Amino acid sequence: MINKTVENAAEAVKDIQDGATLMMGGFGLSGIPENCITALLQKGVCNLTIVSNNAGVDEFGIGLFLQKRMVKKMISSYVGENDEFERQLLSGELEVELLPQGTLAERIRAGGAGIPAFFTPAGVGTEVAVGKEVREFNGKLYLMELALEADFSLVKAWKGDTAGNLIFKGTARNFNPMMATAGKITIAEVEELVPAGSLDPNQIHTPGIYVQRIFQGNNYEKRIEQRTVTR
Amino acid sequence: MLTKEQIAKRIAQEVEHRQYINLGIGIPTLVANYIPTHLDVVLQSENGLLGIGPFPKESEVDPDLINAGKQTITMLPGSAIFDSAQSFAMIRGGHVHLTILGAMEVSEQGDIANWKVPGKMVKGMGGAMDLVASAKHIIVAMQHCSKDGHSKLLPTCTLPLTGIRCVKKIVTDLAVLEIAPVGGFILKELAPGITVEEIKFKTAGKLIINGEIPEMTFD
Repeated sequence: MINKTVENAAEAVKDIQDGATLMMGGFGLSGIPENCITALLQKGVCNLTIVSNNAGVDEFGIGLFLQKRMVKKMISSYVGENDEFERQLLSGELEVELLPQGTLAERIRAGGAGIPAFFTPAGVGTEVAVGKEVREFNGKLYLMELALEADFSLVKAWKGDTAGNLIFKGTARNFNPMMATAGKITIAEVEELVPAGSLDPNQIHTPGIYVQRIFQGNNYEKRIEQRTVTR
Repeated sequence: MLTKEQIAKRIAQEVEHRQYINLGIGIPTLVANYIPTHLDVVLQSENGLLGIGPFPKESEVDPDLINAGKQTITMLPGSAIFDSAQSFAMIRGGHVHLTILGAMEVSEQGDIANWKVPGKMVKGMGGAMDLVASAKHIIVAMQHCSKDGHSKLLPTCTLPLTGIRCVKKIVTDLAVLEIAPVGGFILKELAPGITVEEIKFKTAGKLIINGEIPEMTFD
C-alpha cells in the first residue's frame, strides 16, 4: 500500500499558494475541514477561489477566511447566515457564483469522473441559465453545465487509514466524497487515523486512490448552527 | 387568517401514503408535525438523509447529524445516509414525490421566486432550483401578501426566478389555490372567516372562481 500520511495540517497545506482553487467539504458547519482551515489562516494565503456549498458563519469556518480577505471568489449554493459574506457580495468586493446545490454537487462529481459536461433541468428559465447552452431532450429543457476541478480539495472524514481510504459519519458526509475525487491534490483530515488493513474494505466510502495526503486532526469543535432539541 | 402552524396543518392533508417528501426551511418544516401517523412516508433532507426523525433530546445531540436547515435531528429505523451528488440524483431522477417549499412570489403560470432580492438580499438558491425542476408535485407555503401588503400571487414574478411553470398548489394564510394548466390561480378553499371578495382584492394575478368555494376543514 502507498502511505499517504503527513504529519499535520500545516504540513498538508504548505504548498497551497495565493490564487489557488480549493474545494472545501461541508454542509453548513457540518463536516468542514477544521484543521486545514486553521492551518491556512496561520499560513496566510490570498486570492483564493473556493468551491464550497456554504461560506461558514461570521466567526467560524470559511467565514474566518472572509474576515481576513483571503477569498477572491466563492462558488456556492447557499450563503445565508453570514453577514460579512453578504456585505462583501453586495458591495462587489467578493466575486460569487451561486449555483443550484445539485448542479454544484454534480459539477464536482463530473470533474472527478472525467465527464466534461452534462445537462440538468435545474435553473432553466432563471438567471442561472444566462450564457449556458439549453437543449431539449424528450420535450423538456435542460442546461449544459461544465465539470469543476480544483488545485486542492480539503475534505474531512470520520475515520481514515494510511492508504487514504475514508469513512464518513452521518450528514457530515455531504460534499466531501465528490470533492475528494475532483482535487489534483486531495488532503483528507480524519478524526481517527488507523493503519491500512484496519478498516473493513466493504465499508469504505472514498477509496484511497483519490487521496494524496491524510492526517489525524485534533480539537474538533464541530460547532452547531441550529441546536434544536425536544424536551 | 391562518397561523403558520395552521398553514402547515392544511398542507399535511396533501400528503399521501408511501411518499418520499422534501420539506423546505420555515413553514414547510412544520408540516412534519401534522402528517397523519397512519401514513407511511419518508422525509428527505438534501444534505444527505432519508428518514428524518424528531429533534433530539439534549443528550442525543450529534453535530454530525443535521437537516438542510442546519438543525440537529435524529434518524429513524430504516434511515439511510448518502452524499450530496447521490441526494440530488434522487431528486432530479424523480424519486422524490413531493416538494413543499416557501416562496416570495408565485406567478399565475406557476413560476416561483424565492432566493434573491436584487441589491438587498442574497441567500442563494440552495437545493430549491433542483427540487422545483424535478419533483412531480410541488406545493408552496407562504403568506398571501408581503409584510407591506402587496400580493405575492402575481401575473408574472418581479424577483429573480427559482423555476418556471412548476408550482401546482399554493397554501396561504387566506386560501388554497391551484395553478390552472392554461395559467391562473384557481381558488379551491378559503381560510375560516375569509371571503371570496378579500381573495379577489389580494390576488394580483388572474383568479379563477368556479362555483361555491368551500371553507378549509381541520381535523
